[in-house]
Amino acid sequence: MSDYNFAYLDEQTKRMIRRAILKGLAIPGYQVPFASREMPMPYGWGTGGVQVSAATLTPDDTLKVIDQGADDTTNAVSIRKFFERTAGVETTEVTAKASVIQTRHRIPEAALNEDQILVYQVPIPEPLRFLEPRETETRKMHALEEYGLMHVKLYEDISQHGDIATSYAYPVKVEDRYVMDPSPIPKFDNPKLEMAAIQLFGAGREQRIYALPPYTKVVSLDFEDFPFVASKADHPCDLCAAEDSYLDEVILDDAGNRMFVCSDTDYCRSRRAEGHVGRLGEQEGAAA
Amino acid sequence: MTPLLQVNRLTKMYGPRIGCKDVSFDLYPGEVMGIVGESGSGKSTLLNAMAGHHAPDRGEVIFDTRTEGPRDTLKMSEPERRMLGRTDWAFVHQHARDGLRMSVSAGGNIGERLMAVGDRHYGEIRAQAADWLGRVEIAETRIDDRPSAFSGGMQQRLQIARNLVTAPRLVFMDEPTGGLDVSVQARLLDLLRGLVREMGLSAIIVTHDLAVVRLLADRLMVMKDGHVVESGLTDQVLDDPQHAYTQLLVSSVLQV
Repeated sequence: MSDYNFAYLDEQTKRMIRRAILKGLAIPGYQVPFASREMPMPYGWGTGGVQVSAATLTPDDTLKVIDQGADDTTNAVSIRKFFERTAGVETTEVTAKASVIQTRHRIPEAALNEDQILVYQVPIPEPLRFLEPRETETRKMHALEEYGLMHVKLYEDISQHGDIATSYAYPVKVEDRYVMDPSPIPKFDNPKLEMAAIQLFGAGREQRIYALPPYTKVVSLDFEDFPFVASKADHPCDLCAAEDSYLDEVILDDAGNRMFVCSDTDYCRSRRAEGHVGRLGEQEGAAA
Repeated sequence: MTPLLQVNRLTKMYGPRIGCKDVSFDLYPGEVMGIVGESGSGKSTLLNAMAGHHAPDRGEVIFDTRTEGPRDTLKMSEPERRMLGRTDWAFVHQHARDGLRMSVSAGGNIGERLMAVGDRHYGEIRAQAADWLGRVEIAETRIDDRPSAFSGGMQQRLQIARNLVTAPRLVFMDEPTGGLDVSVQARLLDLLRGLVREMGLSAIIVTHDLAVVRLLADRLMVMKDGHVVESGLTDQVLDDPQHAYTQLLVSSVLQV
């Protein structure tokens, strides 16, 4: 443990990142450039989120890491181990017990409180990127609030699919000012972006940090005649019978059998502990 | 009557070389001005400087805005100028690919300006896009096709529709018929002439094709080496050219 500075990064770097975070919090939704460091993991594995977490953690913090809602997938396990080793902080899988939660592509189902920080891993921070490839131009568009192009994308969705088919990384407008990419969370999670916890977004390869202070107004873009819908699979969870959580579809065999389970593993486990049982919940318990 | 656009001594240098020098003219509402000259004579430089695409070194471009009357667009803040660029102004590029979003459907291309000025009703945007496709003689069934699936002439017409959908008052055109074959050119000119008359547009058309200005332009400016060497009514300049260069230009047109 003593071989590393606390949380891997050196103090100067953490200071630089904290300044970017503070600026991001002061201008909600604005992408603050920062000098992203080389991390001991490949780009795309959460180098931005890890740097933000490292700059945010204190020795008293309790860390939770989730990947697509799950605590036990590769990305979550390796990042959790990374901080166990380099920061020696306590880790947990229970959402309510964590003070810092690093997430990849989900917001936990349980409501977060004012003492928590949610850190997102962001692959492409620029919501306009696939419409306008020039960085100089997208910066200008943000500066001048020229966001018509964002609606062109939604228009294309409707004209091609009959509905707004964008189902993740759904663009939002923050405090009536900046259009922001909420990272590839499902649009089901978009309404949860207005929350009590601080939300920090880190993009390592793209070298951008942005943030949402608590209770910031976040509106999903839409058309008057095609309003935003926070959609999810139309099933209850097969393990815990929850009807309000975002579901993963799991193919069970090649005979067309499938099950829907909560993508938030902690939420599902806590519900089953309370005695909720879904369609396949009994078998699951028997097998275990 | 207040001129729609007043250009005063507009100068753009590229280092020691002259882009265009001391160009002045007035453009009145409903008027079409042609700018002709050989390649490198500063036509496009002048057009881009007027449209705010690059900053000129000296001069004024005074536009009669809807709300505040005549204002020097070069002294406007950038947001104001860009707002003008997508509402009251339009710019038709020589290559449709420069003016279109090739990865967005025809309907989306036409709708972009509407959405940029705050239109948020899908049905209405689509209806307007369909209407404009009809006006530029593109079948409504092609509304969801990408411009890359269109022919050169159709792309150019689509670019025109995309620009005119917000009913601008001033259109800048840079060689709108360049690279099109003659029969397609003729139809495009016919269409442009119709739209200009019908909507009461003012336009500034840069071209090296004298036939285009003969058909479209009320007035003509002839440029050489960055200077305006002759200007006047189109027919007057073309039928009775005074300056040696204009005489050369007129006499170089092939007679078939």
